[in-house]
Amino acid sequence: MSLSTTDVKRIAHLARIAVSEAEAEQTLQKLSGILGLIEQMQAVDTTGIAPMSHSQDVTQRLRTDVVTESNQRELLQSIAPAVENGLYLVPKVIE
Amino acid sequence: MINKSLKQLAAMLASKDISSVELTQEYLNRIDRYNPEINAYIALDQEKTLAQATAADQMLAQGKASALTGIPIAQKDIFCAKGWQTTCGSKMLENFIAPYDAGVIERFNAVGSVNLGKTNMDEFAMGSSNETSYYGKVQNPWDRSRVPGGSSGGSAAAVAARLCAAATGTDTGGSIRQPASLCGLSGLKPTYGLASRYGMIAFASSLDQAGPMAKSCEDMALMMNVMTGFDERDSTSLNREKEDYARDLGKPLAGLRVGLPKEYFAEGLEAGVAKVIEAAIDEYRQLGAEIVDISLPNTMLSIPVYYVLAPAEASSNLSRYDGVRFGHRAAEYDDLMEMYCKSRAEGFGAEVKRRILIGTYVLSAGYYDAYYLKAQQIRRLIAQDFERAFEQCDIILGPTAPSTAFKAGEKADDPVAMYLQDIYTIAVNLAGLPGMSIPAGFAPADDGKELPVGLQIIGNYFDEARMLNAGHAYQQVTDWHTRMPEGVTS
Amino acid sequence: MSDWEVVIGLETHTQLNTKSKIFSGSSIAFGAEPNTQANVVDIAMPGVLPVLNKEAVRCAIRFGLAVDAEIASRSVFARKNYFYPDLPKGYQISQYELPVVGKGALTIQVGEQEKTIRITRAHLEEDAGKSMHGASPGQSGIDLNRAGTPLLEIVTEPDMRSAAEAVAYARKLHDLVQWINICDGNMQEGSFRCDVNVSVRRKGDEKLGTRREIKNLNSFRFMQQAIEYETRWQIETLEDGGKIEQATVLFNPDTGETRAMRSKEEANDYRYFPDPDLLPLAISAEEIESIRSEMPELPAAMKSRFEEAYSLSAYDASALTASRNVADYFTATLQAFGGEAKLAANWVMGGVSAKLNEEDKNIADSPVSPELLAGLIKRIADNTISSKMAKEVFEAMWAGEGTADQIIDKKGLKQVTDSGAIETIVDEVLAANPAMVEEFKAGKEKAFNALVGQAMKASKGKANPAQVNEILKRKLGS
Repeated sequence: MSLSTTDVKRIAHLARIAVSEAEAEQTLQKLSGILGLIEQMQAVDTTGIAPMSHSQDVTQRLRTDVVTESNQRELLQSIAPAVENGLYLVPKVIE
Repeated sequence: MINKSLKQLAAMLASKDISSVELTQEYLNRIDRYNPEINAYIALDQEKTLAQATAADQMLAQGKASALTGIPIAQKDIFCAKGWQTTCGSKMLENFIAPYDAGVIERFNAVGSVNLGKTNMDEFAMGSSNETSYYGKVQNPWDRSRVPGGSSGGSAAAVAARLCAAATGTDTGGSIRQPASLCGLSGLKPTYGLASRYGMIAFASSLDQAGPMAKSCEDMALMMNVMTGFDERDSTSLNREKEDYARDLGKPLAGLRVGLPKEYFAEGLEAGVAKVIEAAIDEYRQLGAEIVDISLPNTMLSIPVYYVLAPAEASSNLSRYDGVRFGHRAAEYDDLMEMYCKSRAEGFGAEVKRRILIGTYVLSAGYYDAYYLKAQQIRRLIAQDFERAFEQCDIILGPTAPSTAFKAGEKADDPVAMYLQDIYTIAVNLAGLPGMSIPAGFAPADDGKELPVGLQIIGNYFDEARMLNAGHAYQQVTDWHTRMPEGVTS
Repeated sequence: MSDWEVVIGLETHTQLNTKSKIFSGSSIAFGAEPNTQANVVDIAMPGVLPVLNKEAVRCAIRFGLAVDAEIASRSVFARKNYFYPDLPKGYQISQYELPVVGKGALTIQVGEQEKTIRITRAHLEEDAGKSMHGASPGQSGIDLNRAGTPLLEIVTEPDMRSAAEAVAYARKLHDLVQWINICDGNMQEGSFRCDVNVSVRRKGDEKLGTRREIKNLNSFRFMQQAIEYETRWQIETLEDGGKIEQATVLFNPDTGETRAMRSKEEANDYRYFPDPDLLPLAISAEEIESIRSEMPELPAAMKSRFEEAYSLSAYDASALTASRNVADYFTATLQAFGGEAKLAANWVMGGVSAKLNEEDKNIADSPVSPELLAGLIKRIADNTISSKMAKEVFEAMWAGEGTADQIIDKKGLKQVTDSGAIETIVDEVLAANPAMVEEFKAGKEKAFNALVGQAMKASKGKANPAQVNEILKRKLGS
């Protein structure tokens, strides 16, 4: 499974991380090394083995449907990069 | 006094030999003196800290004290603490003042422990040397040119240099045990689900677990009694009877079946480290333990599996850092896309970006089955290894890390070499088992420097009390855990 | 164009009737000040975690039972990863491989025709926030009050073949979710939103054409228009030799046109994987049974009951069970009346619903209560008034002038049923219209009706038409 800088850029875009040409090159080498490590898995026969997402075999606990929260806008927006009239501001969203 | 156990400190506080304010001030003075070099702490706030100490003294006066009331604890900067800068070692959260307390922090506050400050760590807990922190390297108190390990390197250095009475850490692939090993202290990663993950900044949700880092197993038992317990805000928190982790301390080890996984003593383990571990195993024989040879055949696979699952979860967990509601936002951008890409490129360090990219890649269309699903299947095989092993033994002994502390920069540019640091610790997280590391002696590094070596003790699910006693018994007949690095003693 | 066939499938987002959000304790009440109902979990602060709302799960089970679907004993929440400012975590918690509700079906009525639409699945997920435009110039404002609102996304097979069928399904579903009380159905507030997948193919083709998805339709009228426009557009494009690109489109009510969304142009790669912060959702058979026992009688069951018990036509029965309110109104009317169901049915579907449409009122707010209506129908049944008079009385009742009997008295609308009196009237009419009598005898049937008309007129419309007929026939010796 060999990567190209094009792959790196595609992934970086999916992850919303800007990468320069130079960075893409370096990143490519590092990622290829890590993927090489990961490839060891392919040698293992896992047919019929149930994937394991959680270490304990427990199921989801359910919350009773009550409103427990009150307005904390001021506190929470005191650390926001840009707000106006209680709204978080971002560059225009285009639909 | 800085070498006293938590029990001894509690006694002194109870008998008014010293007040929490005095004890806290003592540590703050040591921090002033040693932290500028060691850099174990990212955030300090004397005012808040001393206010807590004053409140603790009132609790003591009112006879409302419990084991850790008034004890100064260092908190890993991964835990949100209300009003405290909480950065997780990242530029992304440089200006993040947590508006709430993590479940673990709440528990320490409830018993009147004192928050001494937030300790340095690898960025978002991604690293084994503490070199990925945006807030600078941490020095290993045993050799300032070497790394303390990671990701809980700040907490490890703080305990080793006696810049706190005890500390908290988190462990996703060895982040408590490996630095404990490299800095010569005791560290425990509990069974997954015992400590609340609420307000503990997520790296890999299905593996992250908080635990104590302290001078001894006895201290860790007292820390566990405060740190663990059900939290309804964390769906993965286990709702179990509260237990006293100190209850077994002092029980004889006679008849304890100790398993030695042959894979943990194979190629890759430094000879000096191996020697120390062998000696420790002899001590256990002396203590009446029965030594059993076992096998954990899939050990080598734990690294590839981990480096699929952890980055996959992390790539998603770290998507919330987008510069919209909190955290770093780039100064200049033309549109939304550029705001995202620049803010994240500037806010995250190289290792974090690498892991986000790997995680994004293994989850992306067409690769899910070959990577993520496969890794989850092998994860089960690894867990089954332990299931079988615990039919033959009660606890498992082995090295915590393949080597002693390495030089800063030595592995910084070679991720794969760095990842191999966690070869003996990762499988425990994948299985969700408890694991701990205790000081077992010293081994000479290539430059002849004698450096701490950690003995790893792995137990079955919920067997922490038994593990702590196994470690405690060893610490009754050895003094490795009382050794202090030079240069921080005065 | 006639050799083309349109193929339609729907994905409907129904906002569930809970008090708090699906994964946090914030209120979901509509219309609060921006971000005043967005807590640390809703805005995805570092380290916060989701805990599932029990009521949202119960709503999903109620729906599963209502469409006779299999309810998963074990379902899993997954993360759908993509970046958007109204999506605080950078992923939406949804269900992917293992949804809570599996295959089911919903039967719709299109004109006289019944058709069963297969439901593929229904899964629980969280809603996103809202992007407000025209905050500061060049900026959008993000309100996260809606983020985390519980949704049940209901997905159908591509079983619909016309805009009419799609709208019929959407209306039926809209009625059903309100009937079982899992959604308030408020489309203006976005509680019920439809995404419509539209593709066209040559009649007889096996293979489906490339589909385009019309997003967020929140009115049935727009849905009709959007599908019709989209269908025309696709057929014309293909007939002009073009090809359809898979796309997400928006409907513009002002122009009546659809256009592709720019933000969705880049192919999405959602990187679904099981959410490690949530454990598998287990639903026991006992839980399902206890919810089943609390379920109201469902429209389908009530419909067949109406057909059998009241011998109503399938058409009438389904109209009367179209919504909970109509069904309740009809049942109450029939109870108060105690007579022939057909008569009550006709009035509910006729007079009452006509007036409601006229005034755009819900039957629950009808000025004529079931009891009042029953009072009117009684008088029709016992011949006190003709159906013609009944309309007049009904209008008066609607205007709030009192009960049927009060109005009948006040307006003196009683029918004349005394045959003696009618006979005298008929005799007068025959005497006054010899010409007509001649025409009738000459075989002109029309003349007979004319004479009836004269008689009714002479009685100022109060004579019982049936009796007039009968007496005339007798007198004319035919």
